[in-house]
Amino acid sequence: MKVILDSKQIEKILKDLAGRIVTETPRQADIAAIGIRSRGEILAQRLSGQLSKMLGKDVPCGTLDITLYRDDLNSPQSAAQPQVRTTEIGFDIDDKIIILVDDVLYTGRSTRAAMDALIDLGRPRAIRLAVLVERAGREFPIQADYVGYRADVEPGKLVQVNLVESDGKDEVVIE
Amino acid sequence: MALIRKSKEFIWHRKHLLGLRELSAEEITYILDTAKGFEQISTRSVKKAPPLRGKVVVNLFFEDSTRTRNSFTLAASRLSADVIEFTEKTSSVSKGETLLDTARNLEAMGVDIVVIRHSAAGAPKFLSRNINACVVNAGDGYCEHPTQGLLDTYTIRKIKGTLQGLKVAIVGDISHSRVARSDMWAMTKLGAEVTFVGPPTLMPAEVRQLPVKVSYSLDEVIDKVDVVNMLRIQFERLGGNPFPSIREYSHYFGLTVERMKRAKPDILVMHPGPINRGLEMESEVADGRNSVILQQVTNGLAVRMAVLFLVNQAAAQAP
Repeated sequence: MKVILDSKQIEKILKDLAGRIVTETPRQADIAAIGIRSRGEILAQRLSGQLSKMLGKDVPCGTLDITLYRDDLNSPQSAAQPQVRTTEIGFDIDDKIIILVDDVLYTGRSTRAAMDALIDLGRPRAIRLAVLVERAGREFPIQADYVGYRADVEPGKLVQVNLVESDGKDEVVIE
Repeated sequence: MALIRKSKEFIWHRKHLLGLRELSAEEITYILDTAKGFEQISTRSVKKAPPLRGKVVVNLFFEDSTRTRNSFTLAASRLSADVIEFTEKTSSVSKGETLLDTARNLEAMGVDIVVIRHSAAGAPKFLSRNINACVVNAGDGYCEHPTQGLLDTYTIRKIKGTLQGLKVAIVGDISHSRVARSDMWAMTKLGAEVTFVGPPTLMPAEVRQLPVKVSYSLDEVIDKVDVVNMLRIQFERLGGNPFPSIREYSHYFGLTVERMKRAKPDILVMHPGPINRGLEMESEVADGRNSVILQQVTNGLAVRMAVLFLVNQAAAQAP
């Protein structure tokens, strides 16, 4: 197990990500953060807090459960049986710029599922992908708009993002 | 901020839902938790999600139904399955032969999930042993109606937070009610205390062996319970003279405005539908502020989506 990011670094990365999002988003645009369950949910909450501070206005935050949109639901080889949980988005996503937040971008399959799930909820003006960690291994033509950290990880290794709210401490490790 | 639970490693293994009697409290809770995730599909702009895309669900109803059948049809459609409606009135045909023949026909059509309602108790189980498709019981004889039991339990849990320690009265024609039985299994497993209330002529013979209390007087229990589930008097099933007159039944076992005055202020009034207004329940009560009858119907959709999703998952991952 190797720690690649500690809590200070994670905090700085999220601040930087928020800064870049603010710079690249038109002032008058409605913006909202939506995190993919479960680590993305927490990151989206932190990011929307930063964005609200920087923009001086409330940036709404929601949670997306992508289970029903996974592409491995009917495949016998899928490793674990996914549990369906709730999608909690208490605002209209129509015409908003949605910052879709996930912890790790790897195969791109979760992002594909998340985009399909979002589009069933409405028609956002744009969807932008923000991830804490990106690693090689894409299986779909998907790339992030905002990357916190590019990790050089051998295939087969696991990048585990731990966060205070769910795991007791902030850190990113390679297992 | 919503805290994230460490997800327990629970795996749903059943490719059939035949009844609630055989389920553990953990399995029932898992279905209810899963159903929560399906509620929002019905409230958003695109009321459809893709998990059963390419799957075929058949509604195989040998008895009349509007609510349950429509609910299953809509649940399956919202999960993107194709739905075949199969209606067959059986009268003199021997049930075993008919079911086997039907089962073979279904197999030939490549059906993935069979939702069956039948007047013979055990018909869904029989089917599950003879075909490869998933089988979901939508009511068998006087035995079980598991999705109704689940949606009733879901409705109570959603409003009261838990079933633990709640007192539930199920009132009416218990002996002909599969709803009463499925409710009883689900609710007692989750920690509620269930009382069957009705005239002795409408109590099942084996009631003393069931995990319930029995009362022959609604007046005795109405002020003590947190939930009252009023069953429909099923005239189509009643032979003989189970009670002297409708008026007398209504007088002793009807949920009237007068009786409601003695109930707890936050009592939940439930009914599996369709209501005989003025018989088991007065209109003012059915439409009153304690009534959750329409919420039951809404929740039924989410619960049935969850059940279809789970049995299909179990089938997909079976070795």
